[in-house]
Amino acid sequence: MLKLQNIDKSFEGKPVLSDVSLTVPQGATHALIGSSGSGKTTLLRITLGLIPFDRGYVKIDDQALLSFTPVQWADRIGYVPQDGGLFPHITGFRNVSLIATLRGWGTQKIAGRVEELRKLVDLDPAVLGSFPFEMSGGQQQRVAIMRAAMMDPAVMLLDEPMAALDPLIRRSLQRELKSIFQRLGKTVLLVTHDLGEAVYLAETITLLHAGRVVQSGAYRELLKHPADPFVTQFINAQRTLPDASEVA
Amino acid sequence: MKSAVLAGCFAAMLSLGAAGAVAADAIVVGSKAFTEGYVLGEIAAQTIESATTVPVKRKLGMGSTGILFEALKSGAIDVYSDYTGTLTEAILKRPDLKSIGAIQQALLAMDLVMSGPLGFDDTYALAVKESFAEQHHLNSISDLAGAEALVRAAFSYEFMDRKDGFQGMAASYHLHFAPQNVNRMEHSLTYQAIDDGAVDLIDLYSTDAKIEKSHLRVLKDDRGYFPVYQAVWVARKAFTEKHPREWQALLNLQGSISGQAMIDMNAQADIQHLSFAKIAAQRLGAEAPRSQSLKSNILQRTREHLWLVGIALLFSVLVGIPLGLVAVRFHAAGQAILIFSALIQTVPSLALLCFLIPLFGVGMKPALAALCMYSLLPVVLNTFTGVRTVDPKHVENARAFGLTGRQILLRIVLPLASPTVLAGIKTATIVSIGTATLAALVGAGGYGAPIVSGLSLNDVPTILTGAIPAALMALIAYGIFEILGIVLIPAGLRKQS
Repeated sequence: MLKLQNIDKSFEGKPVLSDVSLTVPQGATHALIGSSGSGKTTLLRITLGLIPFDRGYVKIDDQALLSFTPVQWADRIGYVPQDGGLFPHITGFRNVSLIATLRGWGTQKIAGRVEELRKLVDLDPAVLGSFPFEMSGGQQQRVAIMRAAMMDPAVMLLDEPMAALDPLIRRSLQRELKSIFQRLGKTVLLVTHDLGEAVYLAETITLLHAGRVVQSGAYRELLKHPADPFVTQFINAQRTLPDASEVA
Repeated sequence: MKSAVLAGCFAAMLSLGAAGAVAADAIVVGSKAFTEGYVLGEIAAQTIESATTVPVKRKLGMGSTGILFEALKSGAIDVYSDYTGTLTEAILKRPDLKSIGAIQQALLAMDLVMSGPLGFDDTYALAVKESFAEQHHLNSISDLAGAEALVRAAFSYEFMDRKDGFQGMAASYHLHFAPQNVNRMEHSLTYQAIDDGAVDLIDLYSTDAKIEKSHLRVLKDDRGYFPVYQAVWVARKAFTEKHPREWQALLNLQGSISGQAMIDMNAQADIQHLSFAKIAAQRLGAEAPRSQSLKSNILQRTREHLWLVGIALLFSVLVGIPLGLVAVRFHAAGQAILIFSALIQTVPSLALLCFLIPLFGVGMKPALAALCMYSLLPVVLNTFTGVRTVDPKHVENARAFGLTGRQILLRIVLPLASPTVLAGIKTATIVSIGTATLAALVGAGGYGAPIVSGLSLNDVPTILTGAIPAALMALIAYGIFEILGIVLIPAGLRKQS
């Protein structure tokens, strides 16, 4: 379980996050959604332990972030950066195994774990021998998920996993991603600006606006019982295509 | 594996260079970088060789009077030939000293010993083409007065800058040359310029062999402006005390070389292209010492050159990369480092060498220091640029994965910056190979030695024995870096570019 409680954060006296709380139950997938400038990237960096925060706490399974060293914390959160964020100079395999190598894992153990994950994300073995620039967007995404899952973290954190992908590929990859999440059985926090993606992949959603949580819950609730006019506004704005009635 | 390849390269360079090191107790003869200097240097070397069993080392063709004098004072050379006028004007700054005894006294105060005159004067003189002289009725320097506007002059740097050179002469004769009519040129090139008709008036030395060959008329110094330049030996006092027999052998040459004899010897070198060793041997009535074969000569130059470039390269990598990283990390220090290393680059290499002589003496040390300083900028700048242009998202991601600062630097940042850093090292190496040719001017040898002596003789084949290997070395270095690029630059980055 991932729990963020009453987080405050300001940069040079300007509040960026105010009293943000969010809980992702064990094994659940939760989406943090908001437009750019909403504070979601700051919240993501706080959750990863990359920047300090002014108040509140971040906990995984009731253990607070501040009681861990950065290295220990990193092993508890598997991070999938935007567009995969693979290191361009090393092969897919080296990307996946880098952290385990630095932690002193043996070759056998690494090979076993990589193979296990490769099957789980259903990746062609040849891809692991190639460099990121030789992979398709979907392959990069899968390698990035393998890398995030390598150390068997309690929580997976994905930042705009589909942002750079072609809409058609996106749709098919979303389906795969959903089944990968199910197979992994991890607690997942997904950060996105795309409501469609959030609704498709996550059971619950937290909508962030101007550094505050506007509403948290299932999509149906947000739709039927908006806590604030902004919720409806946000949902409507994401319906980019006009209805048949609107087309003359 | 990669570091092993690098270490191997350096080790090979170092061992090659070490083989070229000098025996400590040898007698070292220096000389200036013009024909007469080389001839007299060779005469001194062979004279000492005939009187001793101690090995004699030649450091002929060093940059300038100042460099030689520093070399003598610091003990890098033991003896060389100079001229009384040069010693009083340029070294002692005592133009009032006229007698040999007075100059000897003044030098002794600096722990230096001067011989009596060798027998000939070599003073500054001005010369024009015979045809030009006829046309404008020029016989003496005074005749130039009023004709200044017709005359295009080319003077050597030393003549232009010395007090007893151009300035003083122009004032003494009331000559007013327009600045655009006075060119400063490397001395050996002024002959070419007057032969080609590009200029009309040049400075030269009164024992110059080219006077007859180029059909020049020496203008009479009718006011007796130029000081007397009597050739003498100048030696370290410690050398004369430690090797009295050898010094006496040199003293035996006092008064034995006439002006005409010197002109003839200069002509043998400049016009007949005899080797200095052969000219000196003929003069001394001895067998010419077996000259080094071209092959072993080039091999020795190669060792010296590799040593210079190898050390500079090692320095630029070991110091330049960390400095580049410091520059990325600390903004103010970074700017200071970048500006400083850029400033060094603007100092002309010969000037930098001169600045370094008081600190390092002459020979390998100042040459190495200068090369190290020159090779710094490309490495510092490329490390700085390479690291700065690494996408910050990779650094942040690496932090999120729990990599330590050191791991991020070694596993992510440096590999990603490696193409740029390596390009900087490559530039530094190739520039060093070129710049190292100047090391000969401070007696550090290398491919510059034949280039400098060839330039002073206007002897293209000799220049080429230095220039061609230097160019080849640069090409080979280029090739080695292409291979190093394959070994060191991560494949994922290579294929992208």
